[in-house]
Amino acid sequence: MSTQSTRAAARLMVAPSVILLFIWMIVPLVMTVYFSFRLYRLLTPDRTGWAGFNNYSWFFHSPDFWIAIVNTLLLVGGVLIITVVLGILIALLIDQPIWGQGPLRILVISPFFVMPPVAASIWENLFMHPQNGLLAAVSQGLGYDPILYLESYPMASVIFITSWEWLPFATLILLTALQSMSSEQLEAAEMDGASALSRFRYLLLPHLSRAITVVILIQTIFLLGIFGEIFTTTQGGPGNASTTLPYMIYKQALIAKDIGRAAAGGMIAVILANIVAVFLVRGMGKNLDA
Amino acid sequence: MARAVSTRRKIALTAAAWAVGLAIFFPVFWTILTSFKTEVSAVATPPEFLGADWTLQNYADVWARSDYPRFFWNSVVISVGSTLLGLAVAIPAAWSMAFVPGKRTKDLLMWMLSTKMMPAAGVLIPMYLLFQWTGLFDTHIGLILALMLMNLPIIVWMLYTYFKEIPSEILEAARMDGASLRNEIIHVLTPMAVPGIASTLLLNVILAWNESFWTITLTTVNAAPLSTFIASFSAPQGLFYAKLSAASTMAIAPILILGWFSQKQLVRGLTFGAVK
Repeated sequence: MSTQSTRAAARLMVAPSVILLFIWMIVPLVMTVYFSFRLYRLLTPDRTGWAGFNNYSWFFHSPDFWIAIVNTLLLVGGVLIITVVLGILIALLIDQPIWGQGPLRILVISPFFVMPPVAASIWENLFMHPQNGLLAAVSQGLGYDPILYLESYPMASVIFITSWEWLPFATLILLTALQSMSSEQLEAAEMDGASALSRFRYLLLPHLSRAITVVILIQTIFLLGIFGEIFTTTQGGPGNASTTLPYMIYKQALIAKDIGRAAAGGMIAVILANIVAVFLVRGMGKNLDA
Repeated sequence: MARAVSTRRKIALTAAAWAVGLAIFFPVFWTILTSFKTEVSAVATPPEFLGADWTLQNYADVWARSDYPRFFWNSVVISVGSTLLGLAVAIPAAWSMAFVPGKRTKDLLMWMLSTKMMPAAGVLIPMYLLFQWTGLFDTHIGLILALMLMNLPIIVWMLYTYFKEIPSEILEAARMDGASLRNEIIHVLTPMAVPGIASTLLLNVILAWNESFWTITLTTVNAAPLSTFIASFSAPQGLFYAKLSAASTMAIAPILILGWFSQKQLVRGLTFGAVK
């Protein structure tokens, strides 16, 4: 089917995407590497020169950096665990014979379409606010003082907000996978006397493993870059309690305007992402071959 | 799962499922509700549900602000623009990869997927600098380009999986009937490709509208879309809770509605076709 001319035409048609993505990958990456070894601050643009590994060592010697790394991993890990576990449970629940499954799905997937700054703003102002928030009203109704969620538990609050946003995604993917499961197998097992728990463990869970893998992989890609929620609510604070690596890089770049440091941070972020990717692919790769 | 189930069990399951669903949806519901209250009513303790004072004034006030319509328009321009540009580049690519696959096609697709895994913070510096140097900073075109590049892998992948489902026998049948390449594309393939393209367009408008990293870092005043607006005004100084709710509702309403219709596309697009 593919003659010489169609193949040449095909290559021409793919070219723009490839070229664009290639430039998008290579040029910024090379620039980041370059600037990471330079001393360059936008506020003092004349003081410039070679910085060697100074920018990198600034990060490694900064306690803020290690806090940021921990927070980043907490965020990714925390949201993953919450969304996958709850996602499976909710998907199982929705998959039951119930009335109004269609409208229910619409309710459940809604948080995913709320843009991160709005989601964060809703939780920050309408719920978590110590005077006017709904949660404060609940606390007071129960006789307790309102909890200062974003001040006392900043990272946990960010993890909570982000989990609320991403739970629909996990639930939807897992529900889609569940609904592709043949009911005859499950019914046969039930008739053979298998309990609900063992039906889940030996039939449903293996069938879902591919979908779970996809959810974990995709969510990790996006969760490593979570930014809008932190920017809107805590700005990384109090102090640096809820600063993640992307937010720290943002602060260095646009607030401290230290290009060299932000570039070094960017490289570290890329390396971290690659490390995580290697672990994930190795750990979950087998599930994808199904 | 078609099983005969006792009505009592069905009622219990339905109640449980709906309780969970309503709980998840509640924050959105509460925001929409609050947007129709007066400011006094919005911060009343204990919180008012049905007995509140209702008004449409918040929407009027927010929209009458000098800048809100501009933020809204920027969101529209950036999300639609980046999606159309992305489609223009991706359709030929996905087309040829689906119908004229070469030896390296699979590798190419995998490589495109890997570009999506690059953390945005990793290229913040070059993007920021390049945008400043080329005057693209805080412009519509700049944001359109940035978001297009971010989403291009998803667009290509999604289109590829849709195009791959079009049976190539139809192409061959048309060719055997003497249709030229041009006719083939226009009259046979395009109608079959339109649903896939529409789905991809829908999902990407949604993704671009909700994007908050580049829209916050690469804009200040002129091209800033709704994400920047809400992020900067979240701790309400000048906007109080009812108005904030109205602003938020207007910011998310288009995408909520679009999203409700695009569940399938979401699953396919964001899992790069792994789950369909």
